[in-house]
Amino acid sequence: MITMEHVCKSYKIAKRNAGFGEACKALFHREYETIHALNDVSFTIRDGEMVGYIGPNGAGKSSTIKILSGILTPDSGTVLVDGRVPHKNRIDHVREIGVVFGQRSQLWWDVPVIDSFSLLKDIYSISDICYQQSLEELTTLLNLSELLRSPARQLSLGQRMRCEIAASLLHRPRILFLDEPTIGLDAVSKLAVRDFILRQNQTHKTTVILTTHDMQDIESLTSRILLIGKGQILLDGSLDDIRTGNESIDATVAELYRTYNI
Amino acid sequence: MDTYEKISVLLSTAFYDGATVPHCRTCRGYLAVWMMENDIFDSIVNGNISYELCRPISIYNMWFARSMATRLARAVLRCFPILIVAAFIQQPYGIDTPASLPHFLLFVLSLILGLAVTVTFCLLVYVLAFFTISPQGLRIVFISCVEFFSGAVIPLPFFPDHIRSIMELLPFASMQNTALRIYSSSIGADEIRRAIELQGFWLVVLTAAGKLLCRVVVKRIIVQ
Repeated sequence: MITMEHVCKSYKIAKRNAGFGEACKALFHREYETIHALNDVSFTIRDGEMVGYIGPNGAGKSSTIKILSGILTPDSGTVLVDGRVPHKNRIDHVREIGVVFGQRSQLWWDVPVIDSFSLLKDIYSISDICYQQSLEELTTLLNLSELLRSPARQLSLGQRMRCEIAASLLHRPRILFLDEPTIGLDAVSKLAVRDFILRQNQTHKTTVILTTHDMQDIESLTSRILLIGKGQILLDGSLDDIRTGNESIDATVAELYRTYNI
Repeated sequence: MDTYEKISVLLSTAFYDGATVPHCRTCRGYLAVWMMENDIFDSIVNGNISYELCRPISIYNMWFARSMATRLARAVLRCFPILIVAAFIQQPYGIDTPASLPHFLLFVLSLILGLAVTVTFCLLVYVLAFFTISPQGLRIVFISCVEFFSGAVIPLPFFPDHIRSIMELLPFASMQNTALRIYSSSIGADEIRRAIELQGFWLVVLTAAGKLLCRVVVKRIIVQ
């Protein structure tokens, strides 16, 4: 069970005009602009649900994921994940969650993937039996057997992403946060990743929260969508709620963004 | 050997003991402060730190383990060729056996403490890097300070007595010199005890400062 109530988060960004003079001036007097990444966000997600979190760039999707995974501290509001406050009991909290940031890598760059996995095993103190089971299961489902012995730097993006997802699931988290997991993947890898996420949700009852710009991801995976724009939740419902006719899903969402003026 | 190293050999022969020379080279890989971990700075600058914050360990402990491991691995890989060569070289450049078994044990203890002090000092710099956009400046400032205060720019014995006595109390001398001076038994039993106590003291202070700062930083971290 995940609840967020009236959560706000803002960032301060230093701004200055172009030029050397301005740069010198900024040494002594700096102008800041406050950006409200999240502005009174509230929602509840039940166990075993699969939720798509959509919104235009800079809407606050990643900030939400980072607050839920305990990396960022919200300015105000309450966050509860399975009874824990993520940013306060970070260490207990992260034991139970898995996170994939599509734009970053958690695998050690120079060593074979399997070494990264065994390091994660030690970091999460996973027992030998559990580790073997998870590893076997993930290897078959994500088709990793050929990849495990190569260094992460030599994998293609699609191959690496499959390994990243496996790395986040080795400790069998009950909640999985996916931040743009299919970014930059080809059609085959995308389908493989989607298929795997779906299966993970069905067999292990893992709660999945997924942010993406790929509407096909949303269409094939999630029953519920949360639309965020300018730091506020604008819509909480199913895909059918937003369908206007038989246009393509991308057109529907673009239309939606336009109606909300975000 | 370049001129600088020749001079430092002469100086250490003059001020400490010839036996320390080959060790200086080994110890550089092990205790040198300027060998900071670029991976850690990179992860702070580019935001990969997000993943490290998703692990059920405090980042301070994780970084500590990691820095200790890197330094030990490097020193172990480097020391054997140097020690083997040194064993066959004539005095005063060759290697002496330690003065006695207790001296050797104290040397090992002091070496471990020295390593821990160096690592905790580097960790302090890593944590401070959270406050800046680019850690390059911090790094230069800290490394220059360490070099100056540990006598790498002007050897400590050249300083006036009262300044030197202050500089010897700072953590920088305890990073590198203590272990070597114990090995060559160029300091007496009383001084050894004081030197090791000083290392212990700085280890505690630097760890406490690092952990405290780390806790503050994690609360106010911003990751894009």
